[in-house]
Amino acid sequence: MAVATAGTSQSGGTSLWRDPKARAIIVQVVVVASLVAFLWFIIHNTAVNLEKRGIATGFEFLSQPAGFDIATSIIAYDATMTHGRVFWVGLLNTILVAVLGVVFATVLGFILGVLRLSPNWLINRLAYVYIEVVRNIPVLLQILFWWAFFLGLPRVKDAINVFGQDIIFLSNRGLQSPWPVPEPGFGLVPIAFVVGIVATIVLARWARKRQEQTGQHFPVVWSGFGLIVGLPLLAFIVTGFPLSWDIPVQKGFNFKGGFAVTPEFTGLWLALSLYTAAFIAENVRSGIQAVSHGQTEAAYALGIKPSWTMRLIILPQALRVIVPPLTSQYLNLTKNSSLAIAVGFPDLVSAFGNTTLNQTGQAIEVISMTMAVYLGLSLAISVFMNWYNKKIALVER
Amino acid sequence: MVDSTGNETKHAPGQHPDMPPPRLSVGAVGWVRQNLFSSIPNSVLTLVSAALILYIVPGLLDWAIFSAQVDGNSRTDCTNTGACWALVRVRFNQFMFGFYPASEYWRVILAGILLLLALAYILFEHLPYRTWGLLYAALYPIIAFFLLAGGLGLEFVETDRWGGLMLTIVIGITGIAASLPIGIILALGRRSQMPIVRVLCVAFIEFIRGVPLITVLFMASVMLPLFLPEGVNFNKLLRALIGVALFSSAYMAEVIRGGLQAIPKGQYEAAQALGLSYWKMMGLIVLPQALKIVIPGIVNTFIGLFKDSTLVLIIGLFDLLGIVKAAITDANWIGLSHEAYAFAGATFWIFCFSMSRYSIWLENKLHTGHKR
Repeated sequence: MAVATAGTSQSGGTSLWRDPKARAIIVQVVVVASLVAFLWFIIHNTAVNLEKRGIATGFEFLSQPAGFDIATSIIAYDATMTHGRVFWVGLLNTILVAVLGVVFATVLGFILGVLRLSPNWLINRLAYVYIEVVRNIPVLLQILFWWAFFLGLPRVKDAINVFGQDIIFLSNRGLQSPWPVPEPGFGLVPIAFVVGIVATIVLARWARKRQEQTGQHFPVVWSGFGLIVGLPLLAFIVTGFPLSWDIPVQKGFNFKGGFAVTPEFTGLWLALSLYTAAFIAENVRSGIQAVSHGQTEAAYALGIKPSWTMRLIILPQALRVIVPPLTSQYLNLTKNSSLAIAVGFPDLVSAFGNTTLNQTGQAIEVISMTMAVYLGLSLAISVFMNWYNKKIALVER
Repeated sequence: MVDSTGNETKHAPGQHPDMPPPRLSVGAVGWVRQNLFSSIPNSVLTLVSAALILYIVPGLLDWAIFSAQVDGNSRTDCTNTGACWALVRVRFNQFMFGFYPASEYWRVILAGILLLLALAYILFEHLPYRTWGLLYAALYPIIAFFLLAGGLGLEFVETDRWGGLMLTIVIGITGIAASLPIGIILALGRRSQMPIVRVLCVAFIEFIRGVPLITVLFMASVMLPLFLPEGVNFNKLLRALIGVALFSSAYMAEVIRGGLQAIPKGQYEAAQALGLSYWKMMGLIVLPQALKIVIPGIVNTFIGLFKDSTLVLIIGLFDLLGIVKAAITDANWIGLSHEAYAFAGATFWIFCFSMSRYSIWLENKLHTGHKR
């Protein structure tokens, strides 16, 4: 309180309340005291309530058997496994929806954003109508709609035979497609794929250096595509097609074998992607519009063709404006994926935050863990996007 | 220059008559050439999208209007090929008012009309008696509470009978009305010089913004009863409202912080030089300017809140979407999910789209600088 006494001694007889520094200290002490009192009140009540209901706190429930089935899981799971396992199944499903959603939403959003600026009147009106319709309807409604749509497909008995080859089926049980089963010798293909990627990176570096020195352009995109796709294909042919397919077969009321995507997953993923794409499209549009028109004119004046102007001049500058709002769209999509609970797709909130909570009654532990995971995911996405943003930011003096 | 007879006509310098522009570059033909068929790729795109429109629009119109049926009292009454709007017609009152007693509908409608009046005073500047109007708008939540819940001579209506569009609007308005003051406090706290206050506000805002609304709603509906002393119990709607208010106040705080940051430092310094206290400086000088700039942002937050209010169906409340979802599981109306969702979607769309138009109009009005 040395500051406070100095204040009073100077002006002689001024109350502590008139001294900004003393007042700041008093206010903060009051805030901390009331916060502590409030927390004590809550903790005390909670302890009393838990004791009365006979609920023991702690994380022991995580090692108890869950006893319920989960329809979709990336890792092996059955009903005899623990609630801790349910947590991981749910978390991985959340990440799966978020990653696939972000990829599709970004691609669609960029396409729509560019179309929205097209000089073609019909195209930009179409993009406008799509954006305004989709982003003004609650995403939960869209999820329920697409879920109902996929559930409304024909029953398994009359499943739609896509391509008529008896390999891919669409029904109210979802999409069934063949699943590749590698045979001996297939290991060469992924190796060739990695080699292709490394070779493309080396090639891109070399081409860039050469262009900076001599001004000659090398078609990196096409040759990179050839390397990444062509090399594995070559390896595949040389080793004599070492791959067989696990084809879905109709058995009773469902399909057996192959690879299945449930209507819940498809509905959730499609709705989230379509919804977020509309917002991304608006970010892309405003980003591109933020680049001065003089940049385009200057590029044309230098004789750079339109497609290169977009890729080399406009987009790199627009990205600086686009990336920050894009980050919050990715965060929104990840958080919205928790709406899986409405259609029963077993994500973190639905499998762990709801089913486990209802079975064990450990509300505080379950909800805290769920919230902590989302906070962690949000933080991870922010850190990554901030790193990317710094990388593409304008380098100034 | 060649005239109609093929003879070359000569004009003195500066005496050339005004010629009409080439016929192919003006009027409808010129517009089509310029906007639809300016190049080969453009022409292809135009034809593809025209085909797409011709494929989708007539089918959609036929389903929704021409082959649709409105009368009938169950699914089996609908014998047509298009939409069966009978569900929406039969359940319309429920979609609007939930399970509110039919004899008391007038109270909801009156509250709605009074709401429009209050909104008009808040949103538009040039109305007569503005000061009284704003005072009335501030008192509106109390009036609406007594109108909807009952008391003062009106019959009591339990909140579990509230539902449909009415409940959606109640959640939206309560959320925005509660989140504005909390958001202002949080935003001021985040920009405060006092480290403890600042850290607490930042922690709260970032925590809420980092988790999905559904987990906040779960917390409000499952954990809140544990936090309260014995005997105190909040009903389901109030718990949901607390969750929604906490959630939206964090977002509101960030919008308002943007406005506070946009006010030049000179304004703060001038206020301090005049000897104004902190609250007078904020209340009389800074906040009126800051809030005015961020009205579009507040409207956008409100649109988000309005759409997010549908999430209360997950914790068992029957807002518009919740009651529509319940209606399509009715055995008499099974299989009509498209019609029901189309109706709910159109209702939400009308609200959200008109709010976003207002926000854009306001942005243009406030944006008095140079535009390109």
